[in-house]
Amino acid sequence: MRSALLFDFTVDKQTNTINVKREFAAAPALVWDAWTKAELLEKWWAPKPWHAETKSMDFKDGGHWLYAMVSPEGEKHWCKVEYQDIDAQKSFSNLNAFCDEDGNINEAFSRSFWTNTFSGDENMTAVNVDIKYKTTEDLERMVAMGFKEGFTMGLQNLEDLLEQLTK
Amino acid sequence: METRRDIFQAIADPTRRAIIALIALQAMTPNALAEHFDSTRQAVSKHLRILTECELITQKQQGREIYYQLEIDKMKEIDKWLKQFREIWENRFNQLDDLLSNLKNQQK
Repeated sequence: MRSALLFDFTVDKQTNTINVKREFAAAPALVWDAWTKAELLEKWWAPKPWHAETKSMDFKDGGHWLYAMVSPEGEKHWCKVEYQDIDAQKSFSNLNAFCDEDGNINEAFSRSFWTNTFSGDENMTAVNVDIKYKTTEDLERMVAMGFKEGFTMGLQNLEDLLEQLTK
Repeated sequence: METRRDIFQAIADPTRRAIIALIALQAMTPNALAEHFDSTRQAVSKHLRILTECELITQKQQGREIYYQLEIDKMKEIDKWLKQFREIWENRFNQLDDLLSNLKNQQK
């Protein structure tokens, strides 16, 4: 981690919830935009070396963001984020699912329910994210998939390191 | 009844986390451990049994007493698991930091 900004990450397997807290050195309005506008989300949402590509975005209650996580090889994982309970610059909830490129939800994967809250002043915004899964199995499965992403990221870091060393 | 036992179940309970914290410092007998809690000796025994089934702690006989000790390698599994997942979010948030800093500069 590069800064002294708060970063807290906990997993509660009793409630099947992951809690992520993080502070950002910017005003809530700006942080809110970064979480709710497709063109900004695309710039940070996918962990490297993946990137996010938006097919459609309609940020409003009942609206959704349909996007793909794209691997360096061009492999695409489609995701649908359905928004609800939007309280501008304060909080919103979303229901996440894996889907096909037309947004048809893949029922083989359970959906997760996210509650995102934003608070702060013009210098600092704290974001709190609660991600709730239906069952512990769902949580574990999702984390196992995260492992894969984490592993890919690790390889990318190694590549960067090797590149520096060979210069 | 078949119950699933894993390290995450072990750390899901606050009393069990407290037990882990205590025996991380030194191996302890069930009696010595029970003194640290308001709950009954049986309740503490139950937690110790679950922790043992999760292979997070082991018993060792010393003279007449049974001591519980922490299996450090098992704890590392939890750490590793969390670290991988945490890194994804770290990576993501570092990208967001950069983006926010760019946006702020544009506003100026």
